[in-house]
Amino acid sequence: MSDTYNIDPTEEPEGEPLGPLTLPLDAWHRARGGRMVDFAGYRMPVQFEGIIAEHLWTRSSAGFFDVSHMGQLYVSGEGVEAALEAVLPIDLSTLPVGGVRYSLLLNETGGILDDLMVTRWGTGFYLVVNGATKRDDIAHLREFLPDEVTLNHLDDTALFAVQGPKAAETLDALVTGDQPLSSLTFMRGAAFKLGGFDAWISRSGYTGEDGFEISVPAEHAAEIADLICAQPEMKPIGLGARDSLRLEAGLPLYGHDMTETVDPVSANLLFGINKRRRSEGGFPGAEQILPLIANGAETRRVGLLIEGRMAAREGAKVLIGETEVGTVTSGGFSPSLERPIAMAFVATAHAAPGTSLSIDVRGRKLAATVTPMPFVPHRYHRKGAA
Amino acid sequence: MTRYFTKDHEWIAVEGSEATVGITHYAQSQLGDITFVEVPAVDATVAKGDSASVVDSVKAASDVYAPVSGTVTVVNGALEDQPELVNSDAEGDGWLWKMTLSDPAELAGLMDEAAYQTFVTEL
Repeated sequence: MSDTYNIDPTEEPEGEPLGPLTLPLDAWHRARGGRMVDFAGYRMPVQFEGIIAEHLWTRSSAGFFDVSHMGQLYVSGEGVEAALEAVLPIDLSTLPVGGVRYSLLLNETGGILDDLMVTRWGTGFYLVVNGATKRDDIAHLREFLPDEVTLNHLDDTALFAVQGPKAAETLDALVTGDQPLSSLTFMRGAAFKLGGFDAWISRSGYTGEDGFEISVPAEHAAEIADLICAQPEMKPIGLGARDSLRLEAGLPLYGHDMTETVDPVSANLLFGINKRRRSEGGFPGAEQILPLIANGAETRRVGLLIEGRMAAREGAKVLIGETEVGTVTSGGFSPSLERPIAMAFVATAHAAPGTSLSIDVRGRKLAATVTPMPFVPHRYHRKGAA
Repeated sequence: MTRYFTKDHEWIAVEGSEATVGITHYAQSQLGDITFVEVPAVDATVAKGDSASVVDSVKAASDVYAPVSGTVTVVNGALEDQPELVNSDAEGDGWLWKMTLSDPAELAGLMDEAAYQTFVTEL
């Protein structure tokens, strides 16, 4: 047998002849039985005890994710706010200190170079970008940001996520700060001490669960990971479950559900283009994107519930009868729903929820229905919610 | 009954001209949680090396190749509801199909258990 249809998780940065690099927790993962694979140019754990078990543990308790491959950047200097608004379709005027906002790095034709999180720190902005794209992102930002604005790659920091219904109570016991951890609502962050070490913690993540992302000094990464995972509610979770969790949450993955040739309207990511920017424009690709916002795009990213047990994966064709109307961009077995689910780009005429489609998987036609996302409800701790 | 192994991590247990085929314990451990198994059709004729079955895990779909040529006689119906049998008992209850051999001489090219264990250790 062989992994003929495997979606190769390797996404080596282009022009990097080096082999995969190691992250601060490399030995830590291996000591806990993590099965290491190449991902985004790094050796990373795809699973520990098993993807389904790790996935369900995160949904019912709390999971610890090492996402140190992601790029942590700090952008500061005179005029930084206007400079960032010139490269991102973000409205920073409404982002308070400690506020976190999702945004998109766009090219001049409206394609998506990356998706990212932007946080206002005192005088500058903290950006978290994808691991596989971070070198290109840094080059792009350095090219388009003015000389007065400085971009620092915080490559001496590690990044963790703790996610799940027990994440808040578990982490709260380990953290001290000027404000209680519980005062953070979804997409808000603050500085804390975690095990005595400096930690920037935001209430955010990519699983659909309540949870936190934690930036810590790389030199203390293993001690902090030990401290978090010593809690009985917490287990380390690999990349495999991270992928199935984000798929159930309807969250797109860069390089799969969005690429340089996909615009934010088709990708159903308009929330990454803030309201003021939609009316004012003035961001890369605005000339292409604003008409799409007004008139609609030809295709749309949708969720598909698939009948049976066979999964449809990236690249599978979506059909109505014998007519091709789209392509699967992410797909797999949903451990929570115990059935296959997928994201696909389909012609807008066939993108309405309830539309019956089929997916060609190795010559077999799987019945599928367009369904609203998320597939599994989000459980974010939003401001104003009980 | 003699059990043979392939470099593609299938096993085949042979008794006379009848045989049972599955994937190895090593293979299931590499695939992780198995969520679906597409077994061949009964009476299908398979040639050595043909993709005869597909094992779907959370991570990926993988072809299972026929270790030798022959005709499928029975498929493991239990896998329809319990594909995880391939994880829990890959070389027992998680068998995929039974077949009659059309050319038993093909078995000579396969590994015995000791050779397969050595092969896996060196991967």
